[in-house]
Amino acid sequence: MAKVDLNNMEGVYFDVLREIGNIGAGNATTALAQMLGTKVDMHVPKVDLLEFSEVGEAMGGEEQIMAGIYLVVEGDISGSIMFLLEKSSAKSLVAKLMGTPNEDPDGEFDEMQLSALKEIGNIITGSYLSSLSTLTNLNIYPSPPDISIDMCGAILSVPAIEFGTLGDKMLLIATEFTDDVKLEGYFILVPDLESYDKILSSLGM
Amino acid sequence: MSEMIKVGMADLKLCKAPDAITTLGLGSCVGIAIRDPITKVGGLAHIMLPDSTQFSGNVNIPKYADTGAKELVKQIVAAGGNRTRLVAKIAGGAQMFAFQSKNEMTAVGQRNVEAVKKVLAELKIPILASDTGLNFGRTVEFYPETGDYIIKAVGKGVKTI
Repeated sequence: MAKVDLNNMEGVYFDVLREIGNIGAGNATTALAQMLGTKVDMHVPKVDLLEFSEVGEAMGGEEQIMAGIYLVVEGDISGSIMFLLEKSSAKSLVAKLMGTPNEDPDGEFDEMQLSALKEIGNIITGSYLSSLSTLTNLNIYPSPPDISIDMCGAILSVPAIEFGTLGDKMLLIATEFTDDVKLEGYFILVPDLESYDKILSSLGM
Repeated sequence: MSEMIKVGMADLKLCKAPDAITTLGLGSCVGIAIRDPITKVGGLAHIMLPDSTQFSGNVNIPKYADTGAKELVKQIVAAGGNRTRLVAKIAGGAQMFAFQSKNEMTAVGQRNVEAVKKVLAELKIPILASDTGLNFGRTVEFYPETGDYIIKAVGKGVKTI
């Protein structure tokens, strides 16, 4: 019997997952600061276990245009991780990374910018996963990233469906980064149930 | 005054003309719109997964194509729809990430569409129009009055099926 049931998550397990979320998001922020060569502040992330119907709302509405970077995770645990950023935040982040002016904040991404954004997602999720790996002593290997820029609800349907095979809720970690502009980023980590158990047992739970 | 009824993910609702019904940001999920063209009673289901029988102990009926479509039909009939007159339109089932992996979940959009077609065929409800697949999200609005199913996608304008 799996220890974790997403529909009836016991307080202590949720606390552990929340703490993993905090540490992971902290590491991701450090990686972001190094990448940009600036100081980046992070607010304490909000970790919530949400009903599917609430998730779009939590990100500012299902029709909000966002960039979603998605990776499959293999190794001792299996599942996937997604990092989401609001489109204008993604634009400004890409411009900063590439050292170009953010001339067209509402326009489409060109190939180069998409590629840069993928790399940002790769580094952020990679540092998140490496902190999880260090904490738990489990081997975690992410796949190359894939990206989609579309309505938040549509992007979210992908992790939601993966969570959907486990239960009726999903774990959302919302992080607010600040450098000169405020960036709202969201992590969605979707391990399968067996992996939740592995994570918890490796932490002595 | 007519209203716009909102359906969330893994949810279904009824709608009578002149009201309309919508679901926002369909990705790999499928929006099944069904109506009786005479009594103008209809409804919309936003399903996430193809098959409830693959999962044990699940009670969330609108989450699955098979249980969701059947429940929607049941409720439409209970609200005054004639079982033999019902017609359907479907949208969604995109593959949001190009990604080819061992993970079978990546093709779930396509599997959702196939499952919806299968269950509607079993229920003998004709699919009058569909807009499915590809790699983008869709917001849909359904009008039981006319049967119009309006589909909006980012950067692709609006179309009516």
